[in-house]
Amino acid sequence: MEPITTFTAKAIALPIDNIDTDQIIPARFLKATDKQGMGDALFADWRFDAAGNPRPDFVLNHPEAAGAEVLVAGHNFGCGSSREHAPWALRGHGFKAVISTYFADIFRNNALKNGLLPVTVDAETYRQLVSLCEEGMGTTVTIDLTSLILTLNEGNRQVAFPIDSFARYCLLNGIDQLGFLLQQEEAIAAYEAEHPALVQTIA
Amino acid sequence: MPQTLFEKVWNAHLVRPESDETPAVLAIDLHLIHEVTSPQAFTLLRERGLRVRHPERTLATMDHNTPTTPRDANGVIPVTDPQARAQLSQLEQNCAEFGIPLYALGTENNGIVHVVGPEQGLTQPGLTMVCGDSHTSTHGAFGALAFGIGTSEVGHVLATQCLLQSRPRTFAIQVNGQLQPGVTAKDIILAIIATIGVGGGTGYVVEYTGEAIRALSMEERMTICNMSIEGGARAGMIAPDDTTIEYVAGRPFAPKGRAWDAAVERWRTLPTDEGATYDRTITLDASTLAPMITYGTNPGMGIPITESVPDPASLDDPGARLTLDKSLRYMGLIPGQRMIGHPVDVVFIGSCTNSRISDLRQAANLMRGRTVAPGVRVMVVPGSQQVKKQAEAEGLHQVFLSAGAEWREAGCSMCLGMNGDQLKPRQYAVSTSNRNFEGRQGPGGRTFLASPLTAAAAALTGVITDVRTMLS
Ligand code: SF4
Repeated sequence: MEPITTFTAKAIALPIDNIDTDQIIPARFLKATDKQGMGDALFADWRFDAAGNPRPDFVLNHPEAAGAEVLVAGHNFGCGSSREHAPWALRGHGFKAVISTYFADIFRNNALKNGLLPVTVDAETYRQLVSLCEEGMGTTVTIDLTSLILTLNEGNRQVAFPIDSFARYCLLNGIDQLGFLLQQEEAIAAYEAEHPALVQTIA
Repeated sequence: MPQTLFEKVWNAHLVRPESDETPAVLAIDLHLIHEVTSPQAFTLLRERGLRVRHPERTLATMDHNTPTTPRDANGVIPVTDPQARAQLSQLEQNCAEFGIPLYALGTENNGIVHVVGPEQGLTQPGLTMVCGDSHTSTHGAFGALAFGIGTSEVGHVLATQCLLQSRPRTFAIQVNGQLQPGVTAKDIILAIIATIGVGGGTGYVVEYTGEAIRALSMEERMTICNMSIEGGARAGMIAPDDTTIEYVAGRPFAPKGRAWDAAVERWRTLPTDEGATYDRTITLDASTLAPMITYGTNPGMGIPITESVPDPASLDDPGARLTLDKSLRYMGLIPGQRMIGHPVDVVFIGSCTNSRISDLRQAANLMRGRTVAPGVRVMVVPGSQQVKKQAEAEGLHQVFLSAGAEWREAGCSMCLGMNGDQLKPRQYAVSTSNRNFEGRQGPGGRTFLASPLTAAAAALTGVITDVRTMLS
């Protein structure tokens, strides 16, 4: 995985609360056995009508959304299904971060494993971001994972954001969590030696 | 120090505790997998040259992307969608290559992963269980710590039988009192989610306690724990008791002989100790609950069936107002409109929330000798082949069929509409499943979540109905 440290990018806003993973990528796009092409299905039912034509009123279809790498979204983003296809679709479309006041648990975990930063901010910062996006047809933000500071470049605001420290370490160094787990072999073997299987699926 | 149920299970599975820099390494007893969220995890294993550490602690089933249409002359359920066929054969191949037992489509133990685990006796008190599926919380009904994970984590568990986890907080939801006739476990959980909101449980493991929970059967407890995730909670748990132990006893994978006695002794130690504390507690009174129904596009948007659609104008928060307004527009509902009497096009009785034998019995009891309202499509989809077999042995399928409902093969079906069992745009469904998200049951489809009883009532009347008016 590419290390992530700091980046400056255009943000656009989708100020709806409780955006669930069925909206981020509907179930009928989960039939693939790889991760290719997920970006095309991002927000499919909001982006396209039944005939497959872009809905002009949806933010991702606005001309100013081109090149946006940060999505500002409402409270409790990513609730619902555990599908990792959601962060794959966001990454596939080019998003590197989502800024919200709150993230659903499984989504946040999945995002962090795919180089998609879930940036949690307070309600006031969120409101300012949404109005900057709406006034300026998008706005520019800088996300610094080293210092954990989000800068609203046009809003004269800097805020700290929290991120799980282990996930941050992995992202900064471009290492994945499986590697860390595999290094725990000794501890795992010791645990297993003391704890025989409680249940077996093969009789 | 007194401990909660969650703390006992968590502590017993710590390979390495959490530190300031690293999450806990948690040992996983049982890993369930299905065709949709596992293929990329097996790819990861192959890329790294890794084996599955414990295929004998892993079980695969096919459920999400499977047809529920009738078998052909050879007894085979035909899969016509080429993408579905590819995904199913990929799972078959992965299981064969890595030695994982598989309940393939149409075989006698196949079914929805969260129905199969308990019915086979694999789901047991005190276990840690995961699956690449958010409704893994279902298994918490047995006092297991069970939660959904993403596909990367499916790969982690396949490779190491462990998971990196930060320790969640604890949340006790105490439900006192006794349910009134016509009010069910589904109504309890819908009321809980309406109270705490869809994000209210985020970061918590919920333990459901109280007299009303104790009085529930295992299948009803599964309905409650199933929807924990709909309140945002990582898992939901219920302490094991006699009801739990009786349910597990004698099932194919339940411990036998002396191992059984030892297991029961261990399970008896799991309930939360006197004096243990939770990070958060709320209390509900079951005796005041009415049948619940959702009006919006998330499971927290639920109300007692006798109430009217809320008005966005009554909300102070602009974000919440916008969200509710968008929901009602999608649903085609007007603020202040009564829910009772709203027309329904489709009724779906199924899903890991409500597709077990007791759910089907409840629906059949109401529908026996009656007919489905004209123009309403009613789909009854058993949760597993075992449930289907049992229902047929009891003649429930005849009740449904003679009422004019469809009796289908087992699977997730219209719960997520991945297999073509879908609503048409603008159709209204009363569904016993767990999610009413926009388009969940088919693009443009509109879902009212409710109990099997409320669903059966709507099937018979063609409109949203207070089932209490139909009970003799
Ligand atoms: S029945 Fe629905 S909620 Fe349950 S596992 Fe299947 S798709 Fe998921």
